Amino acid sequence: MAFYVVQFLTGLASAASLFLVASGLSIIFGVTRIVNFAHGAFYMLGAYVAFTLTERFSGALGFWGGIVVAALAVAVIGVLVEMVLLRRIYHSPELFQLLATFGLTLMVEDLAVLIWGPDDLVGRRAPGFKGAIDFFGQNIPSYDLFLIVLGPVVLGVLWLLFQRTRWGVLVRAATQDRDMVAALGVNQKWLFTSVFALGVFLAALGGALQIPRDAVNHAMDLRVIVEVFVVVVIGGLGSIIGAFVAAVLVSELNAFGILIFPKISIILVFLVMAVVLIVRPWGLFGKPEAPARRTPGLTVNPWRPLTMNERFAAIAVLVLAAALPFVAGNYLLTVGSEIAIFVIFAVSLHFLMSVGGLASFGHAAYFGLGAYGVALLAKMAGLPMIACLLLGPLLGLMGAAVFGFFAVQLSGVYFAMLTLAFAQIVWSIAFQWVSVTGGDNGILGVWPEKWAASPSHFYWLSLGIAALAVVILRIIVFSPFGFALRATRDSPLRSEAIGIDGKRIQWTAFVIAGTVAGLAGALFAYLKGSVFPDNMGISLSVDALVMVLLGGVETVSGAVVGAIVYKALNIWLVSQTDWSKLVLGAFVVLIVVAFPKGIVGTLEALMHRRRKSSSSVSPLLTSRIESAE
Amino acid sequence: MRGYFVGAGLAIAVATMATSAMTTQAMAQSEIKIGEINSYSLLPAFTEPYRKGWQLAVEEINAAGGIGGKKLVVVSKDDGGKPADAQTAANELVSSENVAMLTGTFLSNIGLAVSDFANQKKVFFLAAEPLTDAITWSKGNRYTFRLRPSNYMQAAMLVEEAAKLPAKRWATIAPNYEYGQSAVAVFKKLMSAKRPDIQWVDEQWPPQGKIDAGPVVQAVAAANPEAILNVTFGADLVKLVREGNTRGLFKGRTVVSFLTGEPEYLDPLKDETPEGWIVTGYPWYAIKTPEHDAFLKAYQAKYNDYPRLGSIVGYQTIKAAAAILAKAGSSDPEKLIAAAEGISMPSPFGEITFRKIDHQSTLGAFTGKTALKDGKGIMVDTAYRKGSDYLPSDAEIEKLRPKD
Repeated sequence: MAFYVVQFLTGLASAASLFLVASGLSIIFGVTRIVNFAHGAFYMLGAYVAFTLTERFSGALGFWGGIVVAALAVAVIGVLVEMVLLRRIYHSPELFQLLATFGLTLMVEDLAVLIWGPDDLVGRRAPGFKGAIDFFGQNIPSYDLFLIVLGPVVLGVLWLLFQRTRWGVLVRAATQDRDMVAALGVNQKWLFTSVFALGVFLAALGGALQIPRDAVNHAMDLRVIVEVFVVVVIGGLGSIIGAFVAAVLVSELNAFGILIFPKISIILVFLVMAVVLIVRPWGLFGKPEAPARRTPGLTVNPWRPLTMNERFAAIAVLVLAAALPFVAGNYLLTVGSEIAIFVIFAVSLHFLMSVGGLASFGHAAYFGLGAYGVALLAKMAGLPMIACLLLGPLLGLMGAAVFGFFAVQLSGVYFAMLTLAFAQIVWSIAFQWVSVTGGDNGILGVWPEKWAASPSHFYWLSLGIAALAVVILRIIVFSPFGFALRATRDSPLRSEAIGIDGKRIQWTAFVIAGTVAGLAGALFAYLKGSVFPDNMGISLSVDALVMVLLGGVETVSGAVVGAIVYKALNIWLVSQTDWSKLVLGAFVVLIVVAFPKGIVGTLEALMHRRRKSSSSVSPLLTSRIESAE
Repeated sequence: MRGYFVGAGLAIAVATMATSAMTTQAMAQSEIKIGEINSYSLLPAFTEPYRKGWQLAVEEINAAGGIGGKKLVVVSKDDGGKPADAQTAANELVSSENVAMLTGTFLSNIGLAVSDFANQKKVFFLAAEPLTDAITWSKGNRYTFRLRPSNYMQAAMLVEEAAKLPAKRWATIAPNYEYGQSAVAVFKKLMSAKRPDIQWVDEQWPPQGKIDAGPVVQAVAAANPEAILNVTFGADLVKLVREGNTRGLFKGRTVVSFLTGEPEYLDPLKDETPEGWIVTGYPWYAIKTPEHDAFLKAYQAKYNDYPRLGSIVGYQTIKAAAAILAKAGSSDPEKLIAAAEGISMPSPFGEITFRKIDHQSTLGAFTGKTALKDGKGIMVDTAYRKGSDYLPSDAEIEKLRPKD
């Protein structure tokens, strides 16, 4: 019996650490709607700065003072980030802020190694909380008890802050309806900055408090960020109490789950999230979002098919790209094939995101399913390459059909997180089912047949399929189905009123996107000759998101450019510099500032504006629509 | 509209890559290139000392006149911890850098990916770090050789000591991925063969890098084992040890632990180092052989720092590569294989041989017990165990390894 009590308390201590970080994320998201990918980076910075301070200043005051000062210092960094970077892009398309914070995260990881060195750093134990307390023969670390108390205390303080202060009232109002708060004359700028500062402070505090039990290292950020997101979503976005309950739920399920299934930890949070979101689409304590007052994928300049001239230009570029094997060596061709494959992958996500208005955080699942489909068919059934290429993506299709059915019942970030949960479930199956998938050692020896084996042939194959995929998806965009999909995206109510079955349309779009992603994965398996669970991992999903956002969400085919720029730059930087993450992150941040609608999106807007001003058609209207964004 | 951007993007990509390709072709004549790949950005704690190790080796080799009069150049690439990126790097090294052979890699899945690439493209590959048994056995191929003692070998070394313990109830804690799984499997198999009387009472599989140490420690304690096998390392190990110390998990229990004696993993523990764990590792302060002294002096003189195990691996990888290249007198992969099979060479740990039968080197490892000295963790009662003594019989390997 004592054991179960202690295990419960241990779970509570884990929950408290999780809650501190999650509460900050929840507050930031609730008010600013920023998907703050850099939250983990601030958590890590908090730990590093606190390590430096607590090593420098001795005694109890040095330790506790160091922790608080570290959290404050990182909060100041957060304020700078908000004022210098994020303020510029609040009016960008939804999720674009994710790109900025992703760039920051990349930079911070490399900077941490540069500043603090590569070794794991083990900090001091907390003065006064070094030992353990005996509980009927079981030991409970006193620091755990401290955390168990701290969690509810922070919850209480936050509650008072939000319920009893004017600032809190404003924050709650902004969480519920940003536009109304703005309309009532509240200075949103400072409200956002202060909220961001508080959120970052909590993240850094959460990191700093890990010093007595963890090793500070440069991978802490990624370790925590996904889990924290999951907790926030399970609890319901913007709900602090929800975050607390979710943290307790997840931690306790883990603490007791490992007694029965020791391997459960790897997937537990995602399973919980999937179940919760299917049963309660807005999380445990979340409320349905108010109907959006602005149209989600609002395009200032309406989409149109390419003109004749533009078609010729596109064909000319394709011919030029097809001529690459006559000038380039094998390595370049292989890189070219990889880029072509990522173009396919990115346009498939782009189709879902910008045409369907459904941002998936787990698109790599279908890429990976396609790859595994090919690998299993080739290795187990021994099918020829053509058959594998045709049949492999069907696994992506089937996955998308099953998961898509549940996912499209949700929208916005909840949709994104449910796709993430499904992707992680698929990933963990590939990871754990060693007898079939080979586990993390993957499936080797999936090489192309002779006719496609030479780099130039494979490049032509990839390029051809990429061109085909782009063309087909464009045709779909401008087909009646595409119009119905865009109608559902822009106004679910109106489209329903004219007889469009929105969910079925979105489901179909999900399946199309999944199948095309599976095709990319199938080619990828042959390009690399092997398949690993990595091929469906979170980082690949994030890469795809970055490519789409970089190209421009509000464009018809911006992802093509996004994929080429990001992938080419990534491969080149990794090959050329040891600090590729730092440079790539800085580049992404710069792009975000320079092209606030993505590369293609911003260029298109510029062209459009010039054309508009020359023909003098109501610039007032466009500016009004833009400000409504 | 879209087309122009595609064109521009492609043009940039082509231009940048073409320039880097041209510069490398110009000076290929008077030097021999080795391509090296490792997870520098993902695992800097291990790969930084590793890099220092191989840089020292390159310096020594070139100071001694290079390989057959040619200067040795190592072209090093980062794989970011992803198998797919490792293959991109391997491809670049082979196709545009024209390296004579590939070396390196740390993670098992990356080692296997590069090994499969080497097999497909017929390139010589000397794997440095990856521990998985598959790379030389079940997925072995004729182009791939491996330097470090494998999972099996390290397990066998630990089992020799563990079997002497009176403990009958054992629990295991291992990271939930291939390395942890196969380490536990081999250890259990060898242990149960020697000691049929022992029981495996609990196993914990925290995700790699994400251990929630409190509940894990508590769960193991609840099974009340007499001894514990640990396979976690890095930040996970730190958390496990800290929770275990506070909760008294290790009191009165013997712990057998993979890799914990390596300075990379032992040093961060500082004054929290648990005492008396039976570990494999690298006690650089306790090795008194002329070979190691020479290495240690050279390393400390160059870097003003002590070596980690990664330093040894990096150093010996390039030394081995150079020895193979010198013996082959050519960069033809078939000649390299012929030269590498059965080649013997000196190393800081004494002479090692690359076995013909499975391409595994006989580099060994040190075992010993952890202890605290001046607030730092060290290994005591250390003994070097030759790799050749801890490998299964040739007949068993014939069964494990696919025919070429």
